[in-house]
Amino acid sequence: MKKVVFEQLNETLYHETLENGLEVYILPKQGFNKTYATFTTKYGSVDNHFIPIGEKELLKVPDGIAHFLEHKMFEDEDGDVFQQFSKQGASANAFTSFTRTAYLFSSTSEVEKNLETLIDFVQHPYFTEESVEKEKGIIGQEITMYDDNPDWRVYFGVIENMYQNHPVKIDIAGTIESIDKITKDLLYKCYETFYHPKNMVLFVIGSLNPEEILELVKENQSKKTFKEIEKIERFFEEEPTAVAKKIETLKMSVHTPKCLVGFKEKNQTRQGKELLKHELAVNVLLDLMLGQSSSNYEKLYNIGLIDDSFSFDFSAEQGFGFSIIGGDTKDPDKLVSTLEEMISSFIQVPLDENAVKRAIKKKIGAFLRAVNSPEYIANQFTRYQFNDMNLFDVVETLENLTKDELEQKAKEHFDPTMFTVCQVLPK
Amino acid sequence: MSTKIADTKVNGLNLHVIETDKYKTNTIVLHIRTPLNKDTVTKRALIPYVLQSGTEALPSRLEIRSYLDELYGATLTVDVSKKGENQILSFRMDIANENYLKEKTPLLEEAVKLLSEILLKPALDNGVFHSTTVANEKRNLKQRIQSIFDDKIRYANMRITEEMCKNEPYGVSVWGYEDEIDAVTAQELHQQYGMMLQNDEVDLYIVGDVQSDQITQMVEKYFVFPKDRNQPEVSGEEKKVDAIVPKENVIFEDQDVKQGKLHIGFRTNTTFSDDDYFALQMFNGLFGGFSHSKLFINVREKASLAYYASSRYESHKGILMVMSGIEFKNYDQAVTIIKEQLKSMQAGDFTDSEIEQTKAVIKNQILETVDVAKGYVELLYHNAVANKSRMIEDWILGIDQVTKEDIVKVGQKVHLDTIYFLKGKEE
Repeated sequence: MKKVVFEQLNETLYHETLENGLEVYILPKQGFNKTYATFTTKYGSVDNHFIPIGEKELLKVPDGIAHFLEHKMFEDEDGDVFQQFSKQGASANAFTSFTRTAYLFSSTSEVEKNLETLIDFVQHPYFTEESVEKEKGIIGQEITMYDDNPDWRVYFGVIENMYQNHPVKIDIAGTIESIDKITKDLLYKCYETFYHPKNMVLFVIGSLNPEEILELVKENQSKKTFKEIEKIERFFEEEPTAVAKKIETLKMSVHTPKCLVGFKEKNQTRQGKELLKHELAVNVLLDLMLGQSSSNYEKLYNIGLIDDSFSFDFSAEQGFGFSIIGGDTKDPDKLVSTLEEMISSFIQVPLDENAVKRAIKKKIGAFLRAVNSPEYIANQFTRYQFNDMNLFDVVETLENLTKDELEQKAKEHFDPTMFTVCQVLPK
Repeated sequence: MSTKIADTKVNGLNLHVIETDKYKTNTIVLHIRTPLNKDTVTKRALIPYVLQSGTEALPSRLEIRSYLDELYGATLTVDVSKKGENQILSFRMDIANENYLKEKTPLLEEAVKLLSEILLKPALDNGVFHSTTVANEKRNLKQRIQSIFDDKIRYANMRITEEMCKNEPYGVSVWGYEDEIDAVTAQELHQQYGMMLQNDEVDLYIVGDVQSDQITQMVEKYFVFPKDRNQPEVSGEEKKVDAIVPKENVIFEDQDVKQGKLHIGFRTNTTFSDDDYFALQMFNGLFGGFSHSKLFINVREKASLAYYASSRYESHKGILMVMSGIEFKNYDQAVTIIKEQLKSMQAGDFTDSEIEQTKAVIKNQILETVDVAKGYVELLYHNAVANKSRMIEDWILGIDQVTKEDIVKVGQKVHLDTIYFLKGKEE
């Protein structure tokens, strides 16, 4: 088992790649009651076009199937896996993102039993036609709930505006119509292809003994057999650089309009350290430009264009990336034009050295706060891992960012031609 | 690693120091509590936002925010909430523990000093708050109140509370009333602030790798209240509205929404300070608190009517609230199922193994909560509100000791009071 010590953070991470390809990470966190584990497959809503394992032809599956599969994994012959977890004092959950499906539990007792339950249920699919049909009602209500949620609609709206072909523009849960096309056989196909140990990461964090945990996982895996695979063939249509749409307006039952603007990432191929650096740099820039301690924020706040729902974020994965800025506003058009002006003047003026230092310091502080949370470490570590980055490189990468690099990235990312707007207006 | 709690009275505030080396940051939480009152609620809701906008030394929001960034991105958030029939104004700070940084500045002391100045030395203009700050925050409060309307789950929750507790302080909205905002003057607001400092109960929690005697000295030095501060009366527990509900209150409301929001309020006639409090926790857990609960199993899994169907218990007012998102046409079926579940709880229709399962999950939840500094503070603050002293061990023991008879008995005190249904407009 490999052991990596992160001295400044006072953490030690253990790692091993098992014979079947499963990557196991264990991080002991003494003093915590809780143990938290995630079992994640590199399979999300964007993976809708691929060659199923053992086949030769590309297959396009219905929108929302990765998320549907996530729901269905919790059922087995004896009923509901949630029951098993709660009997063992654990709370279990799962989520599907654009690029990942994660299953998790947290518990303060019976850690070993819960860990086995987690691994076993994720490695044991059980679907029947009947249970697939029943799930359509439940997920249908989940989709309708998000349909009524203006924050979700405006967020997806702005992403939809950016992409012409990339499936990141498709809602993770799909639509009532698309999930209706999901069948038991399609679920098995997706499962067999993407839930292979070679495509998965197990992360366990808590008051635990790493050797014992690894032993347990090895023992569990040695009893199971998996098909041989080389590489999963995923297919993505070519995505043009330009945004698909400049503006979209939705009408909903709201009192206050909502407005988000975004920049689509031009370079969609970055991975590893380069992606990490880029992601951190753009986030530092957003903070310098529009953070609560910026004069732009003060101006927007004082003239009443934003309130405390205003926020921004940049995230990128291989194949897509975007920054999204905005929130509730009384005058969405004025907010758009003001932001455009602010951003274009921001990228033209040299950065202030002290402000840069302060923004980086702030990000380091935020990272320290984040690593208090076992959930954050496990979830983010896995995301970073799938992009060949390391979560524990964050502080060092931040410390090494220079003013010149930031200025260059600002010009690259905040390109006015990559700008798009989505607004939700009262009906 | 150990945790030590020290409670003292310093300068008329209740200081609670929780010494632990579990976290990489230090956390400060300040709660100010006053009885809910329709006449003052709107003004009080403005106060924390005005206070975080400027101090004598840092007279603008921008200056406070820049200073927080300097302190390695210390965070400051303010909030208004309801606990029983009290309005709580909260200030929360989180600051890196300097032991994890290269630079050794006394960050915690700076944070304590800053928070004391935010509370006690606000920026003033002719002896009252700045009128521009007040105007900004009035505008923001309006938007905050309107945003409740835009989030249909929150909206339904507010509406049922208003309807159910029409003649009780609990029915008052903690954010105040939109139509009263315009009339508030800087002078009145400052007066209200003075009354707050004079009369309200103040609890300050500091959690982290700290020493209680040093903290006490720090707080003594910085938190100096006006001389004429009254010793607040112990608020104690709620006056119980005796609640044998004569007739179910049913309210239908129309809006342009796709999913119906069904919220059902029950009177439990049990609160935090009662001996059967833990039995009610168990009742809520079995009824609708978890994914193994009756509501989840019967409304979601069996009938496939909803994505969520759960219950929540407000422990200081003793109200239990069921929430679910359903199709409009399924109203009757959902209400019938929910009522049946209450009856079956009252009839003791649950097994010993379900009881054990629920105990395990609740204990797990408590232990996980104390892994997070802010969660720990929330748990302890229940004691302050109810004037009780239950430690974590008491919670665990209390849950362990509940018997099936206790749950049935406490369940018989539960009465349906109000059904609220937000549904679509008839075409």
